[in-house]
Amino acid sequence: MKLLAIEFPPISHVIEWPGIALKDTPFEINKVVILMWISAAIVFGFFWFAGRKKEMVPRGAQNIAEATVDFVRNGIIMQTMGPHGLNWTPFMLTLFMFIMVGNVWGIIPVAQMPTNARIAFPALMAIVVYVLYHFMGIKEQGLGHYLKNTLILPGVPAAMHVLLVPIEFITAFITQPLSLAVRLFANMLAGHLLLVSFGVITAAVFTASATAIIWPFAFGLLLFLTTFEILVVFLQAFIFTMLTGVYISKATSAEH
Amino acid sequence: MLELATFAQQAAGELEAGLTAVGRGIVYGGAAIGPGIGIGLVVGNAITAMSRQPETAGTVRTTMFLGIAFTEALALFGFVLSFIVAG
Repeated sequence: MKLLAIEFPPISHVIEWPGIALKDTPFEINKVVILMWISAAIVFGFFWFAGRKKEMVPRGAQNIAEATVDFVRNGIIMQTMGPHGLNWTPFMLTLFMFIMVGNVWGIIPVAQMPTNARIAFPALMAIVVYVLYHFMGIKEQGLGHYLKNTLILPGVPAAMHVLLVPIEFITAFITQPLSLAVRLFANMLAGHLLLVSFGVITAAVFTASATAIIWPFAFGLLLFLTTFEILVVFLQAFIFTMLTGVYISKATSAEH
Repeated sequence: MLELATFAQQAAGELEAGLTAVGRGIVYGGAAIGPGIGIGLVVGNAITAMSRQPETAGTVRTTMFLGIAFTEALALFGFVLSFIVAG
């Protein structure tokens, strides 16, 4: 795509990476897959390393790990699920850290590709959460009771149920998992495309011609957007984990 | 007249590409209107609540992010659709 005499790469060029090994099979290994392995290794390795000694007064890595666990406990689980959701901490912590490390690759030089900008990662995690909260709901309340609590709102005139039950069904079984996956995916893709666009503009106007006047603005915006991406990286991991907590607690607690 | 016809033939591909770009713009622009207003309402009211009762700021902030997440989803559906619409 050509705009203002600047050549923008097509979107497939920015997010699709050529395979390195096992080409043309479902198990093709490319840059995103390698980044996924590194993310998993970092999350596992960091907590293993931090939890090795378990000192009373934490130092270094243990300090950071404890702050993270504390944030997931008090900032996410206590806010959404309450004290009886605390035994979900390992799952939520893993989810939070894996999403966050996967997102961070978007702003790290050389890597420059958030793994969650490919729909496969958010979709898989959303499917896990989807199966999990329905399973937990059925396990806690029984199938009939769970469906009744999910689909039928209390204190509504009987005639309104004709309208409300399909809406509630679509919300609980289609929109919730879809929006969970698409939210993470689209946020990371949009951020990635923004950074690519401003990177291309910054590189293209770095010439001796008159257009070089806008170079400081383009570069400044690139820096600003990179800082903004740091916020988005954290916020999306936070929101995904928090919504997981909300869905699980909504499915397991029989309020009505 | 003949020239115009040849031009129309040559420009068919470019016309399609141009219309695709316009379509993408309309899809995303349209999808961004509602969530834009919605997020404004959510954050504005959250700030009002926080300034009226600063002691509940923590709870309000969590709920605010939830509200933003739900509202924002619609705009993001539009963003993804704008790529799908072009095929």
